[in-house]
Amino acid sequence: MGEMSLDTNTRNNLLHQLSEILPDNFLLTSKEELHPYECDGLAAYRRLPIAVALPDTIEQVQAIVKICSSLKIPVVARGAGTGLSAGALPHEGGIVLGLSRFNQILDIDTESLTAIVQPGVRNLAISDAAAPFGLYYAPDPSSQLACSIGGNVAENSAGVHSLKYGQTVHNVLQVKIVTIKGELITLGSETLDTPGYDMLALITGSEGMLGIIVEITVKLLPKAESVKVLMASFDEIEDAGHAVAAIIAEGIIPAGLELMDKAAIHAAEDFVHANYPLDVAAILLCELDGDDIQLAEQVERVDEILKKKKAISVEIADSPEEQARLWAGRKSAFSAAGRISADYYCMDGTIPRKQIAHVLKRISEMSDKYGLRVVNVFHAGDGNLHPLILYDASIEGELESTERFGGEILELCVEVGGTITGEHGVGYEKLDQMCVQFNDAELTQFFAVKRAFDPDELLNPGKAIPTLHRCAELGGMHVHNGELPHPELPRF
Amino acid sequence: MTIVDNDISKALQDQVTQAINNKQALSIFAGNSKRFFGNSDEKDGKSADTIPLDISNHTGVINYEPTELCITVRSGTKLSELENLLAENNQILAFEPPHYSVNNQDTATIGGAIASGISGPRRAYTGSARDSILGVEIINGHGEIARFGGEVMKNVAGYDLSRMMLRSLGTLGILLSVSIRVIPKPECDMTLVFDASQSEALACFQSLRKKLLPITATAWIDDKASIRLSASAQVLQSCQDKVRGDVIPDTGIANKFWKDLRDHSHDFFSNDKPLWRFSLPPSTPETLSLDGEQLIEWGGSQRWIHSLTPANIIRDIAKSHKGYATLFNSKPSTTHNNASDTEVFPTLAPELFALHKNLKDQMDPHGIFNPNRIYQGL
Repeated sequence: MGEMSLDTNTRNNLLHQLSEILPDNFLLTSKEELHPYECDGLAAYRRLPIAVALPDTIEQVQAIVKICSSLKIPVVARGAGTGLSAGALPHEGGIVLGLSRFNQILDIDTESLTAIVQPGVRNLAISDAAAPFGLYYAPDPSSQLACSIGGNVAENSAGVHSLKYGQTVHNVLQVKIVTIKGELITLGSETLDTPGYDMLALITGSEGMLGIIVEITVKLLPKAESVKVLMASFDEIEDAGHAVAAIIAEGIIPAGLELMDKAAIHAAEDFVHANYPLDVAAILLCELDGDDIQLAEQVERVDEILKKKKAISVEIADSPEEQARLWAGRKSAFSAAGRISADYYCMDGTIPRKQIAHVLKRISEMSDKYGLRVVNVFHAGDGNLHPLILYDASIEGELESTERFGGEILELCVEVGGTITGEHGVGYEKLDQMCVQFNDAELTQFFAVKRAFDPDELLNPGKAIPTLHRCAELGGMHVHNGELPHPELPRF
Repeated sequence: MTIVDNDISKALQDQVTQAINNKQALSIFAGNSKRFFGNSDEKDGKSADTIPLDISNHTGVINYEPTELCITVRSGTKLSELENLLAENNQILAFEPPHYSVNNQDTATIGGAIASGISGPRRAYTGSARDSILGVEIINGHGEIARFGGEVMKNVAGYDLSRMMLRSLGTLGILLSVSIRVIPKPECDMTLVFDASQSEALACFQSLRKKLLPITATAWIDDKASIRLSASAQVLQSCQDKVRGDVIPDTGIANKFWKDLRDHSHDFFSNDKPLWRFSLPPSTPETLSLDGEQLIEWGGSQRWIHSLTPANIIRDIAKSHKGYATLFNSKPSTTHNNASDTEVFPTLAPELFALHKNLKDQMDPHGIFNPNRIYQGL
């Protein structure tokens, strides 16, 4: 759906109807109030919506959606706004439905090991609330201090521990959604098997395109008895890649397995002084957890494998303080990149592990070609790359170069058998790369799913799935190898 | 034993196109080991007007590199052959899919395992078939070949249509190949057994859920609770004090017990009455209102019972515990029950069923894929 602004009558009608059902401070309409909502965590894209509605009951959500549905007004749901793919970018002719007031943990069930939470609850708040019972919620996106669980479900978020403990889709049992018709529907169940199609999986990662998530039941896990973190240093980044494969081949699934390249090590070390070695090409952080005996056994084996795979040193952190120090560098990598560059652009492709060395080499060649620096950190265990392209938006043309560079990295990920996004979502940002990953039949199938839920395309329109028209134009661009056949055409 | 490499996707695609042109519904099958599962395509003793579509010759491994923890196989590949290949590389399927036998033959295929989404004893501890799926290749409702998901561990591009194929029993498209996440094979298994009433067993399973032990299966049957743990010998040794029960010294006997539960070849399943499967929250207490012998698995979350009690009463009991009852096998060949006309799956809320209908209509616009197998009208 293209962008359109609203005629004055419809706009007034919408605002009037919304004001009838919402208290004054639940409906934002002035420019000053709307500004904080013009973008999400990917600030390169900004738009102002007509209004922001901030309901605090499911009934209000249903009423808002019904009004918008009857007036054919787009609705963009928004959690904490920490998303990295402009998935919550407002629609100029629509409203933003903010779920921040849904911030209650409704129940922690220590028998079923589940928590029922509202979508605006912060990810980390769930684990904090479960901690007194020795439980936690496993998926831990790096933004977990701020990001909301509703957003996590919408994006199928993951984190450093997803290799062992899964993504959001593996850790959610039930979700209640409000459909575009305003119906409240429960997907999934409190049991391990639910009748019918797996609508729960479908809504997870659907980026606000199929329904508004208003309540979530998550799984809680007992906390591991003990944790150890190993840090291995390598002279060649390829060796680090081989070490990752070797650990997996040995039948060990670490809780976390993270790789940082030289640029990332230096940036992080300057920032948090994690005591990383500065004269190496890469470091690998490997977190193991379990009961004491199992853990001792695994630490010994991993240590052996790392040394066999040419690690020049292996440091084993036993104490929580030492472990926190080793993790601090990795966890602050994004902020560290922000310190050494005016702006950075984070990519999110996922590749087969065996391609790690090849892809890093190609990224380094692209870096030379575009004249832009790259810092590489990634979830090596599950092949999820986060190259951070460093640029300066105030230099003319540099953002555009960065976007092309990023697009090329994602296309490379598809070329080697991977995907354009492992955890950040397609949003508005990666629409063009979707055309590379999926053919017309596949995109058509996605639109068919969309139609089953939202025939008028009112829920977060223009995100996640590109139109065939857009892809056809892009195909034309590819044929001409970067020389656009119709430079006058807008690239919306 | 090598897996035969045989790609018949073009022929299958032609058959689908023909079905679309002739407006002729298809009845998709491969090993036929789950023929009994889902609504029967027979009505009043007569076979429905569908053309059988045989996937069983569409076999072979498309890609398997053990260090990627992923295997891509054609859907007609036999589960037994697939599992042998994985075992050679010290890997297993995390969801321990059943191999129901057909005339004492092991014909189950990976396509059937995925389309039915039925998982075995490990499910409550290492995840379901649904949790293991990474990608699919299908023939869609327009006769086109489409791929969703992929072979990498994390992939959020587009809607998750791979998982949608699970449990859909072939009603949304034809599975050509699947990419599945595999896990390392534990070094050893150990099974402990103790005498227990149903409520004692449930209490024990419940307390184990809160501990970090390498449990991979639990069961209660014949007033005995069984617990399987899988890890290295040293770890298992250390677990013995933490889990109640006596170790079954003969691993052959223990393995056969779990395999019989998995494949429904245990004596419990030799019963003429309809077989019901209860899916309940694991903390559900003993369900006294049910008559007949019960088999409990998955720490209390899956409970099997043979019963002639009317379907509506059985379903009400399940519902009162926030769960579901599925008529897993109506045993239509037996004479003394009238369950074969009962809907197999519990009724969905009307709004939810409407969404199912929309989705089915969108993905299978010509209505050719296994009509009515899950619900009448889908």
